Amino acid sequence: MKILVCVKRVTDPDVKIKVKPDGSGVVTDGVDFKVNPFDEIAVEEALRIKEKLGGEVVVLSIGPQEATKEIRSGLAMGADRGILVKATEQLDPFGVANVMKKIVEQENPELIIMGKQAVDGDNNQAGQILAELLGVPQACFASKVEVGQDQKTASVAREVDGGFDHVEVDLPAVITADLRLNEPRYASLPGIMKAKKKPIQEIELASLSVDTQLKVVWHKMTEPAERQAGVRVPDVATLVAKLRDEAKVL
Amino acid sequence: MGNILMIVEHKDGALKKVSLPGISFAKQYTQKTGGEVHLLVMGHNLGAVVEQAKCYGAQKVFVADHESLGAYLTETYAQVAARVAKESGAEVVGAISTSMSKDLLPRLAAKLEAGMASDILSVTDQGWFTRPVWAGNAVVEVEITTPVKVVTVRGTEFEKAPKGDPASGQVNVDVAIDMGAVKKRFVRFEEIKSDRPELTEASVIVTGGRGTKGEEGFKLVEGLADLFNAAVGATRAAVDAGWVPNDLQVGQTGKVVAPDVYFAIGVSGAIQHLAGMKGSKIIVAINKDEEAPIFSVADYGLVADLFKAVPELVEEINKARAS
Ligand SMILES: Cc1cc2nc3c(=O)[nH]c(=O)nc-3n(C[C@H](O)[C@H](O)[C@H](O)COP(=O)(O)OP(=O)(O)OC[C@H]3O[C@@H](n4cnc5c(N)ncnc54)[C@H](O)[C@@H]3O)c2cc1C
Ligand SMILES: Nc1ncnc2c1ncn2[C@@H]1O[C@H](COP(=O)(O)O)[C@@H](O)[C@H]1O
Repeated sequence: MKILVCVKRVTDPDVKIKVKPDGSGVVTDGVDFKVNPFDEIAVEEALRIKEKLGGEVVVLSIGPQEATKEIRSGLAMGADRGILVKATEQLDPFGVANVMKKIVEQENPELIIMGKQAVDGDNNQAGQILAELLGVPQACFASKVEVGQDQKTASVAREVDGGFDHVEVDLPAVITADLRLNEPRYASLPGIMKAKKKPIQEIELASLSVDTQLKVVWHKMTEPAERQAGVRVPDVATLVAKLRDEAKVL
Repeated sequence: MGNILMIVEHKDGALKKVSLPGISFAKQYTQKTGGEVHLLVMGHNLGAVVEQAKCYGAQKVFVADHESLGAYLTETYAQVAARVAKESGAEVVGAISTSMSKDLLPRLAAKLEAGMASDILSVTDQGWFTRPVWAGNAVVEVEITTPVKVVTVRGTEFEKAPKGDPASGQVNVDVAIDMGAVKKRFVRFEEIKSDRPELTEASVIVTGGRGTKGEEGFKLVEGLADLFNAAVGATRAAVDAGWVPNDLQVGQTGKVVAPDVYFAIGVSGAIQHLAGMKGSKIIVAINKDEEAPIFSVADYGLVADLFKAVPELVEEINKARAS
């Protein structure tokens, strides 16, 4: 079966990001870029399905030329080929989903796997919007996915408040990955070598003639007020005294 | 015009308290725009829930009560909500950020061709919204340019709506869903029961991290929580290890909490964890590594081995209360 996986190039999730002094955006100088962690999980899941049922895994990224690096890391894990839609302007999740829809129409995958959330914009929207635009079912925040032998349905356990929601979707469908869906593999050295030869198709955003007009416009950015570090207490007795006399929470 | 439609949630025949700050947000918003506050309840056998929902001073409560809505499916709920949004003249459609609204509202936004802002913190004078990005290390003002605007609202940023008069008018929604056209089936809900207060409701939270080293260590966390009738939280590391259920994860991609007191036990204080708890009023950290980043946000930091310190803390608190 053919699986399309969407990977976003994001700033290193473990770097504490700073806002530019003029509030026009965040400082990215000297910050590494990586595959959005949820999207790595999505790639891993696609590979596992392919290993079981056969087929092809296509990695799609929308972003600057540099995002070929994030596509290559998906290819190094084992995906078959990549598609880069070159876009330097800011897109909102609706615009991203519109672009993805175009690619889906060209590629006709049976399954689309994405991350639940890009850890830069923290939107958690693109997968759900894409599913609606395509008129296909969605199974978001997946912590277990099982594609039926007939490859016509998938059973998904969704991580939700209070437990797990088990659903079955007809394919094609959009699935978004949560943290505990799997543990992504590391790319092997041969995998990295092979990835260099795998094809990445580059498409200019303008050539797709999709509507990417912003429905959500970002204005001024600020840093939240820093929390003042408090005091170190030498021992438990002092801590209890503080909780009782200062914080008054006992 | 300028009405706002807030989707409220319920469980076991009761309105969920987690939805209440959403009603305050709606009132605040309509004070600026002059529109009405409308609530939407979806499900099956909603009698009691509807009566409760009517008590918060909204002008109308839209009720979609039908057996096809008995189990939550994004596709059916989005269909119904989209219709109500159109018929009620909603300029804003919203809900408190929960696992349901995060799943539902983007799909609803797509149906309404609306821009959506996730997890908003406040409304600006221009009618824009502020929201956290990059794990809360930046806050951005966003303008939604579409006629209809969809938002999820961070519950910790608004007070729980108090009960208010007069009772809301009830509008029953005609639910007509072709289930055959819905290409998804609900299979079952695997509920994880807990006797503790929910993370989003508790005034005290005790969170355990990898430092607790397992279920044994987590018992200490629970013992401390017992003293305050506190909710128990966890880091991703503790959840991944399987020591506690998934929905106890506090952080950027889990729950965002702001209790009166937050105890972080054996928690390093990663960016993603801080994103979920640094709005707490008082933060207490116990960690054996004096360099742990959690200390940079803690009001009271104790550098100690938790296996010694936590039992001692329980004992001292009991003593202090007895005296
Ligand atoms: C995409 C993504 C999303 C994420 N989302 C979240 C999220 O929502 N929430 C979240 O929490 N994390 C999240 N994480 C994970 C996060 O990056 C950290 O890995 C995690 O928070 C670490 O958990 P921890 O503090 O329990 O473990 P560690 O970082 O391993 O810290 C354990 C701490 O325990 C201390 N310790 C050890 N033994 C003792 C002892 N005997 N006594 C006292 N102290 C002791 C150590 O000094 C250490 O500081 C996410 C990561 C990614 C990539
Ligand atoms: N520019 C992009 N390129 C590829 N995939 C993306 C892009 N933006 C978002 N996605 C996908 O959509 C998911 C949700 O993103 P978001 O709605 O922005 O939080 C991500 O985890 C990715 O899988």
